[in-house]
Amino acid sequence: MRIHFKTSYQHDIRLFPDRWTFMVYGALMVLAFALPYLLDEFYLGEVTNVLIWAIAGLGLMLLTGQTGQASLGHAAFLAIGCYANTILIEQGVPFIIAFPLAGIITGFVGLLIAIPVLRLHGIYLAIATIALSVLADDIIVLTEPWSGGVSGKFPEMISIFGFEIERWTMPGRFYYLVLVVTIICTLFYRNLLRSPLGRAFAAVRDSEVSATAMGVHIARTKGKAFGLSCMITGWAGALMGYYAGTFNNETFSLVISITLLMMIVIGGLGSIHGAFFGAIVVAFLPQALSILKDNVVGSGVAIPGLETGVFGMILILFILFEPMGIYGRWLKIRTWFELFPFARKDMFRRQKSYLKTERLR
Amino acid sequence: MSLLEIKNATLKFGGVVAVNDLSFSVEEGEVYAIVGPNGAGKSTAFNLISRFYEPYAGTFTFDGNNLLERDADQVADLGIARTFQNIELFDHATVLQNLLVGRHRHRKTTLLEEMFFTPRVRREEERHREAVEEVIDFLDLQPYRNKMIAGLPYGVRKVVELGRALASKPRLLLLDEPASGLSVEETQDMRWWIDDIRKQMGITVLMVEHDMGLVSGVSDRVLALADGAKLAEGTPAEVQANPAVIEAYLGAGAV
Repeated sequence: MRIHFKTSYQHDIRLFPDRWTFMVYGALMVLAFALPYLLDEFYLGEVTNVLIWAIAGLGLMLLTGQTGQASLGHAAFLAIGCYANTILIEQGVPFIIAFPLAGIITGFVGLLIAIPVLRLHGIYLAIATIALSVLADDIIVLTEPWSGGVSGKFPEMISIFGFEIERWTMPGRFYYLVLVVTIICTLFYRNLLRSPLGRAFAAVRDSEVSATAMGVHIARTKGKAFGLSCMITGWAGALMGYYAGTFNNETFSLVISITLLMMIVIGGLGSIHGAFFGAIVVAFLPQALSILKDNVVGSGVAIPGLETGVFGMILILFILFEPMGIYGRWLKIRTWFELFPFARKDMFRRQKSYLKTERLR
Repeated sequence: MSLLEIKNATLKFGGVVAVNDLSFSVEEGEVYAIVGPNGAGKSTAFNLISRFYEPYAGTFTFDGNNLLERDADQVADLGIARTFQNIELFDHATVLQNLLVGRHRHRKTTLLEEMFFTPRVRREEERHREAVEEVIDFLDLQPYRNKMIAGLPYGVRKVVELGRALASKPRLLLLDEPASGLSVEETQDMRWWIDDIRKQMGITVLMVEHDMGLVSGVSDRVLALADGAKLAEGTPAEVQANPAVIEAYLGAGAV
C-alpha cells in the first residue's frame, strides 16, 4: 500500500502525485513510442484507430463526463473538423497550420451551436443534438462544390516542412502524428481539470444552482465546455479522415455519434482513462467479433447487425452492473490489491444522496 | 448605511404572495436571523437576494450596489455567499475541490492560460489552496480533505457547504437553516462557528433558522415572518415575547 506524504501544495497540483505514477506513465509513454518497432503494420493501424477514437472520446468526455451535457451530435463535429482540414489544405494552407485551425474552426462552430442548444437539458438536449447529426449529412450534400457531396473527398498526403506522412504507405509516421495529438489533447484535458475552469465544469454538472451561487456563469461555462469539446472532436475528425483515406456525407453518421457516447459510458464517465478504455473496446470489438465469427460459424456466413447487437448488449450490461464503466472496475481492482487483504466488498457501494433543492428555473 | 437593505420586496407565484412588502436591513458585522413558520417566505427571501427569483416589486441594495442590476452569478462577485437548505454540494468531487469552487469569484486566469497551465495558473492555484486550507483549519475538515462528497455523512456535508461559502471570502454570508438535521453537538459547533465567523473573520451573517436555541444564542437581531410579511423585529428576547409571533407559531388563544 502506497502512502502519499505531502509536503507542499504542489503535490496536489502537479501532473503525477508521486514517483511511482510518474514511472508507470513514463513506461507507458516509452512503450507507445516503441510500438512501431514491436507491431506489424496491421496492428499498428489498429492501435492508431484506438488513439483517434480516444481523442474523439476525450472531446465528448469533456462535455458529457465533465460538464454533464449529453451530446448525440458529435459526429457532425468530427465531420466539420475533417472537412475543414481537407478544404484548408486544398486551398494551399500547410498542414501544420490547417490542422490546428480545423480544430479551432470546429470549436467556434460548436460554440455558435451551443448558444441555442444548451438552453435545453437532459433528454431534450440529446434530441436536439441528434438533429445536428442528421443535418450534417444533408449539409454536406448541399454544399457539394466545397465538400464533394456524395462522391466524397480524399485527403492529400500530409506534409510538415517537406516531411511526408501517409496512412497506408507510412503507418509508423502516421501513428506518431496521432500519438502526438493524443498526448497534447490529454494534457489539455488534464490541465483544465486541475484549474478553476475544470472545477467549474464539474460544478455545473453536479449542481447548477450552487454553481451560480458561487459565481459560475452557467451558460458561458457550458458554452466553453461545448467549444473545447468540439475543438478536440474536430482534431479527431481530421485524423479520422486521414485514417479512412476517403470520406463522404455518410462517413460521419448518427451511428458514429451513438458509438461515441456508448464508448465513453462503457469506458467510464468523467475520467480520462474512460475515454481510452472505451476506445479500445470500440476499435477492437469489430475485429474480435469477426475473428470469433470466422472460427465459430465459418467465414462465408454473414450475420447482419452482429456488431451493433453485441455492442448494445455490452452497454446494457455495463449500465446494469458497472455504471462507472471499465475505469470504475479498474479502480476497484486496483484498490483491492492496494489494500490487500483489507478491501471490503461494500467499499464502492453507492452512497445515498440527500434531497436536493427543487430546480430553480 | 446598512450593508444589505431590502425595501418593499414583493414576490408572487401566480396568485400566491410568497413575500409581501417586506423591508429589512442588515448592518455590517451583525448576525441577523429570520424565523417563521413553514411557508412564511424565509427561503424565498434568500432566493430573492441571490437573484434566483425576480422580485415583483422592491429595491435590493448591497453596499451601495443595486442587486437587481446583477445576474445570479454576479451576486457572488459582490461578496455574497450562501448555503442551501437541502445541501447543494458537488457530489462527484472531493471536499477540497468543492471548497476550491468557492474560490471561483477570485479566478484571474483565462481559458488559454489554464489549458497550458502556465506558471501564473500554478501560482494562483497555490494561492487558492492556501485560502481553502485556512477554511479547512477553521472548520476542522482535515480528515475529509480528499474524500468524495458522495460518501460523507449529512453533518459533515453541512459543514463543507459552510466551508465552500467561506472559501469565497464573502462580506455577507447567507445561511439557509445551518442547523437543520444536525445533532445537538453539531448544532453547538455550528453556533461557535457562526460566532467566530462574525468575530474573527468580520463577516456579516444573515440566516434562516428554526432552532430557537441557536437563533437566540448567536443573533443580534431577529426578524419574524408569517405569510411573507414582517411580523416582528428586534432582539431575540423581544421577538420571542411578541404576542403576534406567539400567535403565528401556536395559534390564537394559546397563551
